[in-house]
Amino acid sequence: MIYINSFLFAGAICLLGQLILDNTKLTAGHITSIFVVVGAFLDTFSIYDQIINYVGAGALVPITSFGHSLIHGALDKAADMGIMGLLMGMFDLTASGITAAIVFTFFFSLFFRPKN
Amino acid sequence: MKILGLGDVMEKKKYEEIVSRHKPTETRAQNSFIAFVTGGIVGVIGQLLTEFYASFFDIATKDATTFMLVTLIFVASLFTALGFFDKWVTFCKCGLIIPITGFAHSMTSAGIEYRKEGPIFGLGSNIFKLAGSVILYGVVSAWFFGLLRLIIMGG
Repeated sequence: MIYINSFLFAGAICLLGQLILDNTKLTAGHITSIFVVVGAFLDTFSIYDQIINYVGAGALVPITSFGHSLIHGALDKAADMGIMGLLMGMFDLTASGITAAIVFTFFFSLFFRPKN
Repeated sequence: MKILGLGDVMEKKKYEEIVSRHKPTETRAQNSFIAFVTGGIVGVIGQLLTEFYASFFDIATKDATTFMLVTLIFVASLFTALGFFDKWVTFCKCGLIIPITGFAHSMTSAGIEYRKEGPIFGLGSNIFKLAGSVILYGVVSAWFFGLLRLIIMGG
């Protein structure tokens, strides 16, 4: 069941992005930025956590979960440290993804050449 | 410069009308369908990987999620470096741009593209050329919403 939910939710997010891309002048860069902000906004009221409970990885794979992870780490730290915790915990949950992307990009850029 | 006669204007209007009536709606529906299906498949792959890692390494689902995201980022980076991920993105569009694969793809393609301009002003300066906006607006909005929540709801 969670697989169907994953499929439907991740598909719906991508469908929404595609509809915005096709019907407005916004580019892919605009859309991913908007979706990150929407993800952060939804987690402000813990709505995104509820969605993850229902659809599992379907909600964690789209870029909206990046915004969710940013604010989630920040609020977790803020619970201990107060307002400075927002700054200290911002990258707590997203560190692995950003670090992995940077490291892989660096080494692949050294060893591969552009194709065209 | 030739001044357009009434006939030319009519022809042009007619042509534009025909183009806008036929071409976009068909491709839009097709694009949306492809984006929905491929995006959904990426979601299912993510769920499969999460459950595989959780049972294989015997770790909590939350940690398995990190493993899954790193795997997707690795695969997207590698396929971009090998050169055929660009074709997939052109075909699937938002189906691969909206998932975390799009984030990795934008970074690796920028890295490989600007590598030839040197390690500092090429690779170093341009690695976040496309992914930077995601991080910028993500961090600023998360900080702002977090602050609001702290002030209004007290944590």
